[in-house]
Amino acid sequence: MRVVTLRRLWQGADVQVSGRDVLYVVLLLLPFALIVLSLMLGLYSISVENVGRALLSSIAPAMAESVPQTELTLVLRIRLPRVLSAALIGAALASTGVAFQGIFKNPLVDSNLLGVTSGAGFGAALALLLGGTAALVQGFAFGFGLLAVSLAYVGSRLYSTAPMIVLTLMGILIGSFFGSMTSLIKYVADPLNTLPAITFWLLGGLTGVTWSSVPSLAVITLVGGAFLWLVRWRLNILSLGDAEAVTLGMNPNRLKLIIIVCATLMTAAAVAVGGVIGWIGLVIPHAGRILVGPDHKRLIPVSLALGASFLLAIDNLSRALLPTEVPLGVLTGLVGVPLLILLLRRNQTGW
Amino acid sequence: MILEARNVTFAYAAGVPVLRRVSLTLERGMILYLLGRNGCGKTTLMQCLSGGLRPNAGQITLDGRDLHSYAPAERARQIGLIPQIHTPAFAYTVREIVLMGRAPHLGLFGSPGKRDYLIADEALESVGLAHYAHRPYTQISGGERQLVLIARGLAQRCQVLLMDEPDAHLDLHNQQKVMEIVARLAGQGLSFIVSSHAPNNALAYAHWVLLMKTGRVLSAGAPADTLTAPLLSDAYDLEADVIYDGADDQRVPRAVLPRRRTR
Repeated sequence: MRVVTLRRLWQGADVQVSGRDVLYVVLLLLPFALIVLSLMLGLYSISVENVGRALLSSIAPAMAESVPQTELTLVLRIRLPRVLSAALIGAALASTGVAFQGIFKNPLVDSNLLGVTSGAGFGAALALLLGGTAALVQGFAFGFGLLAVSLAYVGSRLYSTAPMIVLTLMGILIGSFFGSMTSLIKYVADPLNTLPAITFWLLGGLTGVTWSSVPSLAVITLVGGAFLWLVRWRLNILSLGDAEAVTLGMNPNRLKLIIIVCATLMTAAAVAVGGVIGWIGLVIPHAGRILVGPDHKRLIPVSLALGASFLLAIDNLSRALLPTEVPLGVLTGLVGVPLLILLLRRNQTGW
Repeated sequence: MILEARNVTFAYAAGVPVLRRVSLTLERGMILYLLGRNGCGKTTLMQCLSGGLRPNAGQITLDGRDLHSYAPAERARQIGLIPQIHTPAFAYTVREIVLMGRAPHLGLFGSPGKRDYLIADEALESVGLAHYAHRPYTQISGGERQLVLIARGLAQRCQVLLMDEPDAHLDLHNQQKVMEIVARLAGQGLSFIVSSHAPNNALAYAHWVLLMKTGRVLSAGAPADTLTAPLLSDAYDLEADVIYDGADDQRVPRAVLPRRRTR
């Protein structure tokens, strides 16, 4: 690896910066650049200067003077809530995927392992069947997502041995139960109106996102993400198993439970707003490992940034570049799979 | 004395004790070997001594204080456990694995800083693997992994290291390499409890041997006194010979040889 030595003039000390460090910083800054780019793109494209002025106008109203009213409305009222939601949802799905893979010691799971997404899907389908408003759909999705994981947890408490394995099994069982219930709702739903609405929701999308859903999503994602950030190095130890965590002076079960609660809240909030956007939680963690290695000290920050960037890019593709909006859950796989195969070619992590 | 167990009794299920009134005393700089058949309670005893399991009866003290009065992180700063060679799900580098030994010295929300990296590199140096720091732990050999886990114990800065069958899966060369490093560290004041299925290594490296059978201590003492043909035959349920070296008045046991049942 190439090592560049920079001289810190104000301290006179040598600081070594490797290529990997540069990549790490670039990855962390990527979502911010993409947020600005996403605000520029659309059927009506807006210059970077006007996007900047529109964003700053909330602090300094004078900045908006030279910006047309249409552009202000587009940036602040229409694009910004959608773009922020995409970034938050991508960050939440990817970082909770990393957390679940770590605590379940399995690189093939994501945060839906305990049934949160299946529960949320059922909740949303039920709300749509009842003809509910967008707020009701979000509320039901969030509530049933939490209910599914709670049921899995309570179920696993019925047995005293091997709690993690029983919890996983319960999660899979509860998940498939809610999957069947969703299919039942689709079967009885009105095929002209309700069924397409349910199907479309289950494929994921940010078309109807307004400011009203952003605050709760933002608070849950930022608080949860901050917690995962704080305990990120401990994920390394949890991923070695309970016995070693205990000999290294930790209480693995308590920390794992807190992480599961945190990841479940984040996933439920993300799915409630964006629908079922699969794939990110499973594959962004792998992309992160290929880029910065498996150490969670860097992997958690990178997965937050990479998840946000990926969903922003996918949403731009869906919104601005294609003639008609393609559901996000479809595009994530269509774009992400070739991308990951490309990344795998230069994989040196050897997992 | 730093670690002492008195009449430790433990049962996973009521009425089926796995350990019965086991006692031992570990001094500073001592290598204590636990020998006995599979299922005789070696691993359970190690888990009790590392604080992972709580004895049903009896007492374990560390520096004269009840082991269970220590907070988990406080205990982990004194006692480290080196598990059997394993393959983690993720390909951490050797240095990242060693750094994990710093966990009991850092807060829950902390992560290792410059000083911890220095300590980890120093620990790798003392097991002779400094040049392996950036290799993936999953891609090095069994003997090297054992040394990396010892380095993690050193980075943990504890007084006592418990080793769960360090000689399992290792060829003769690597067994010797690992045990020579253990002997050197013991010479510097670190204490070791080693569970093993290799009585010959106990003859070569142990200061004290605990020969166990069905959860009890069959015999405890210096290797030459515990690893005798009658005691070994009893412990392992077979006929065994001990091969001695040297003149009659100062002969030293060098090897344990089980006898074939039929010839």
